[in-house]
Amino acid sequence: MTIDASLTAAPREKVDRTARAKMLSGLSRNDRTFSLLTRAAAFFVLITLGAIFVSLISGSWLALKTFGLSFFTTESWNPVTEHFGALAPIYGTIVTSAIAMLIAVPISIGIAVFLTELCPMSLRRPIGIAIELLAGIPSIIYGIWGLFFFAPALQQYVQPELIALFAPIPGLSDLFSGPPYGIGVLTAALILAMMVLPFVTAVCRDVFDTVPPVLKEAAYGMGWTTREVVKNVVIPYTRVGIIGGVMLGLGRALGETMAVTFVIGNAHRISASILAPGTTISATIANEFTEAVGDVYTSSLIALGLILFFITFVVLALARLMLMRIEKKAGA
Amino acid sequence: MALDLAKYRRRRLRSTITICLCWAASALGLTILAVILATLVFKGFSGLNLKVFTEMTPPPGSDGGLLNAIAGSLVMTIIGVAVGTPIGILAGTYLAEYGRHSKVSSVIRFINDILLSAPSIVTGLFVYEILVATMGHFSAIAGAAALAVLVIPTVVRTTENMLLLVPNQLREASSALGLPQSIVIRKIIYKAARAGMITGVLLAIARVSGETAPLLFTSLNNQFWSTDLNAPMASLPVVIFQYALSPYEDWQRLAWTGALLITAAVLTLSIAARYLGTSRTSK
Repeated sequence: MTIDASLTAAPREKVDRTARAKMLSGLSRNDRTFSLLTRAAAFFVLITLGAIFVSLISGSWLALKTFGLSFFTTESWNPVTEHFGALAPIYGTIVTSAIAMLIAVPISIGIAVFLTELCPMSLRRPIGIAIELLAGIPSIIYGIWGLFFFAPALQQYVQPELIALFAPIPGLSDLFSGPPYGIGVLTAALILAMMVLPFVTAVCRDVFDTVPPVLKEAAYGMGWTTREVVKNVVIPYTRVGIIGGVMLGLGRALGETMAVTFVIGNAHRISASILAPGTTISATIANEFTEAVGDVYTSSLIALGLILFFITFVVLALARLMLMRIEKKAGA
Repeated sequence: MALDLAKYRRRRLRSTITICLCWAASALGLTILAVILATLVFKGFSGLNLKVFTEMTPPPGSDGGLLNAIAGSLVMTIIGVAVGTPIGILAGTYLAEYGRHSKVSSVIRFINDILLSAPSIVTGLFVYEILVATMGHFSAIAGAAALAVLVIPTVVRTTENMLLLVPNQLREASSALGLPQSIVIRKIIYKAARAGMITGVLLAIARVSGETAPLLFTSLNNQFWSTDLNAPMASLPVVIFQYALSPYEDWQRLAWTGALLITAAVLTLSIAARYLGTSRTSK
């Protein structure tokens, strides 16, 4: 770097003033260039988001123009007659994610409580890392594992029991009817639950750590039990953060692709039974995009992508806003 | 006042039940991890031999390996990371150093956090629209571009976090020596935050090397050895996807071996990243 030479040499020797002026202006030019570069890179992030929206809208224009609003309300998905409606994938996406969150959230909160309140100090880090590794396992691994290990196990041991258990209960019998395929909406939801578990756990653990110890100590000092402290101090204090974490997990679940594609069965229909095969937005795109012939077909798939991006954008934005609120509270 | 012992016992009991449920939840989480890893090793290890690393992906019914898929994954990951990392580091630098308190930065931060967890299949569609559709064919470049788009938000986030950890006195002391801000950042702040920034890059590599969805319709797949960046290229995740869903048993076996390889690589990277991260904070 030229600067070192100039700093040490300047005071001792007579320096050529023009050379020094040149060097200094070179330095300030470098300074400006670097600052501009970082600014450009930062704006690149904004531009990326804008470009994603613009390219998806332009790509889906044909489909939205052809089908109009009925694209969102029709269930039929027929490549032969080129008639496409997004209702079945939208329904599948929402149902799988909802079931996944119902299962994952209580377990995540349980693990987070365990990690922050109950776990012996020496085990805290290893167990925390092990749970985080679940988040590191690639989606496709959950897919192949779900298809060859989890789905057959479910088919053999769990689904027949569920069908038998709920058959006599009116209302619930439809939810668990049909033959046990193994793959299907429920299987996809369970795999999703395993995948979002580490994300929700990580957020819950972090927000539980923001609870001032003095609050908990005061509550314990009053003779409260662990359950009462968690229920009446920790969770109310961090409610916004927990909701933020849940929304973050939901954003993940909605957009999850490969694992779901393997185990959901890819059937474009809406069934009352959660044991039946279905499809989601992302699974439909992953399965059909490279084989889509015709502009309307391709455009309809891109329109699905646009819907997915819009939904996840809103969910993730809400999640961030909530997490920002609890960060402010922790900082204040 | 008499102590209501019955009530107290009930409260204790409910608390104990909650505690047990929390233990059970954690055990369940660990069990899932253990079962997945055990299945991978059990199913994938038997297929692991030298051929996997020296032969191309086979047609159904014959012997082969995963060489072209491994090479393709490496090439696209390297290009994607090489393109995405500098942009991510520069953007993170802007957020932490130049525009730390500006309005624009908080918007960028917000958008970046959304992009961080946005569905990767949408990234694939986006790159398809701007690169594949305009060039008229699938290519390794498009695949690498999709990975780069995924690398950027991860690197931005960790870079910013790590730069914010550098104490302000360091900045003030360097500025007091008369150093221009860009040199303070590049020669001093970056050095202080180096371990954390490397962690970020490692995590980004771990994240993209298992990504399948964005590659499905950007780099597609290729049965043969190819180094042409302008042509479709095989990648490990896409080959796993294709082979696992095929009816051929030898393809499925290769898919399991590939799955084992990729999981081993990704988990090694994330453990290395974590180790690097903690060895710095404990100092």
